[in-house]
Amino acid sequence: MTALSPRDWGNLALCAIALIIAACLPLSSGAYNLTIGVTIAMYTVLATSWALFSGPTHYISLATAAFFGVGAYVTGIGIQHLPYWTLLPIAGVIGAVMAALVGLATLRLSGVYFVIFTLGLAEFVRQAITWIQNISGTKGIYVLTQITEAHIYWQLLGLAALVWLLGWLIGRSRLGFALRIIGDDEQVARDSGINTARAKILLFMVPGAVAAITGAILAPRYVYLEPALAFTPMLSFQVVIMALLGGTGRLWGPLVGVIPFTFLWEGISASFPNQTTLLLGVCFLVIVYLLPKGFVGLIDAARRRMRNSEGFA
Amino acid sequence: MTALLSLRGVTKRFGGLVAVNRMDFDVTEHQILGLIGPNGSGKSTTLNLISGAFPLSAGSISLRGQPITHLQAQDIARRGIARTFQLVRLLPSMTVMENVKAGAVFGHRRHWGHEAEAVAEAMLEKVGMGGRGHMTVGQLTYIDTKRVELARVLAGEPRVVLLDEWLAGLNPTELEEGIHLIRSLRDEGRTVILVEHVMDAIRSLCDRCVVMAAGTKIAEGTPTEVLSDPAVIRAYLGDDDA
Repeated sequence: MTALSPRDWGNLALCAIALIIAACLPLSSGAYNLTIGVTIAMYTVLATSWALFSGPTHYISLATAAFFGVGAYVTGIGIQHLPYWTLLPIAGVIGAVMAALVGLATLRLSGVYFVIFTLGLAEFVRQAITWIQNISGTKGIYVLTQITEAHIYWQLLGLAALVWLLGWLIGRSRLGFALRIIGDDEQVARDSGINTARAKILLFMVPGAVAAITGAILAPRYVYLEPALAFTPMLSFQVVIMALLGGTGRLWGPLVGVIPFTFLWEGISASFPNQTTLLLGVCFLVIVYLLPKGFVGLIDAARRRMRNSEGFA
Repeated sequence: MTALLSLRGVTKRFGGLVAVNRMDFDVTEHQILGLIGPNGSGKSTTLNLISGAFPLSAGSISLRGQPITHLQAQDIARRGIARTFQLVRLLPSMTVMENVKAGAVFGHRRHWGHEAEAVAEAMLEKVGMGGRGHMTVGQLTYIDTKRVELARVLAGEPRVVLLDEWLAGLNPTELEEGIHLIRSLRDEGRTVILVEHVMDAIRSLCDRCVVMAAGTKIAEGTPTEVLSDPAVIRAYLGDDDA
């Protein structure tokens, strides 16, 4: 880990100010704005942590819903027996262990197997919980707490700050450098002395833990929890689309995708409630074809052009 | 002299095809060993077996008497065996400096921060790429990509360097520079195993040569000895011309 430059301190201060301003939202706006704020904070946390692993390695994970759903069920089941605050770390540990197991099973294989396995995982967990509920005769779980929308928002904001801090630290560490090398050429990485399987598993545990904690935080918002809601595959796809729209090359990239996409999705859900899946697919195609490196790629290209034109002037 | 690297009965089968068949040879310290033979004779596969890219089907490999047969590629690299590739493999999204730093950070000696950058810069200087660390991979000429790949390998400070046709495709001036560079590796105490087709380079660089044909060792000795061996001439030119 290298020492911080004045620019690093400046960026950290800017992030702190932005977070403080964002934290004032529940104090100054109405219920609708707060609902949008919770959605943006939730997807920011999920997409940023997703990009920490999938950005450098190019392994597309569709397991977000699996970790999220498990986290939500940790709160749903645990709230009757344990204090709420203990449930978040428990969800994080369970999410991290699940991710490590998935990683052990799949990350030695090529990326395609990983994508299909992660998609199947969410469906498997959903079906398993549905089956358990069927044989036990229960249909869903009531999550009745005193936790308000503002509390959820602040928790998500705190989690977002943690994820950014972790991402920033990883980016400056040997692990972050190893992941970039793996993303470029896995054989070169191995021949350079990198334990590629361990590096990938370690980093895959981050989005696993974060998605599970996010699910645990969000569970009180749903009040009534059932597998179809907690493990919806739409969540996994939306996280991928938002991260790709923003761009995974920078830590702040996913945030730049989450904000416009949340508003776009609000519009689509309100205007075309029966065609949401179709329109999600269209969005995915448009982003992949027109913005392969997301908004971050556009911004970087514009910067390069400016630098080049200054060079010629 | 005791062997630094030893191969005993090393065999690699791909289904029914025996790519390398019971190879035995030793490399001592500060030696350049040429691994030569016609195309498809199993030279690159042998390098892949030494570097751990492929698991062995049979046999054993040891480094300073310690078995490395069942180690993964990354563990072999950390023990001080590093390699270049027949088709140059650089990290396309990274700068030249970052490419070389990869070797310094994760190789045999593990540096970090400014120390890793200093090692990378020194290796770039050594291969004739000093002061060009900021360049992107896409801006490099063919010979420069080879130089950067070699700098990455050297930045790991390996004891054994495996070079897979590193001199192929160079013009006469570049070839002269390349030969000088490889000789300097031995002079500074490294051991080199060279898969090569360029005969001038083999004659002027190699202390010993192992000749392969159809996956099997057919000759071993000094370059002059093996290149005049009838079995080697037959392998290269065929029975009619030998």
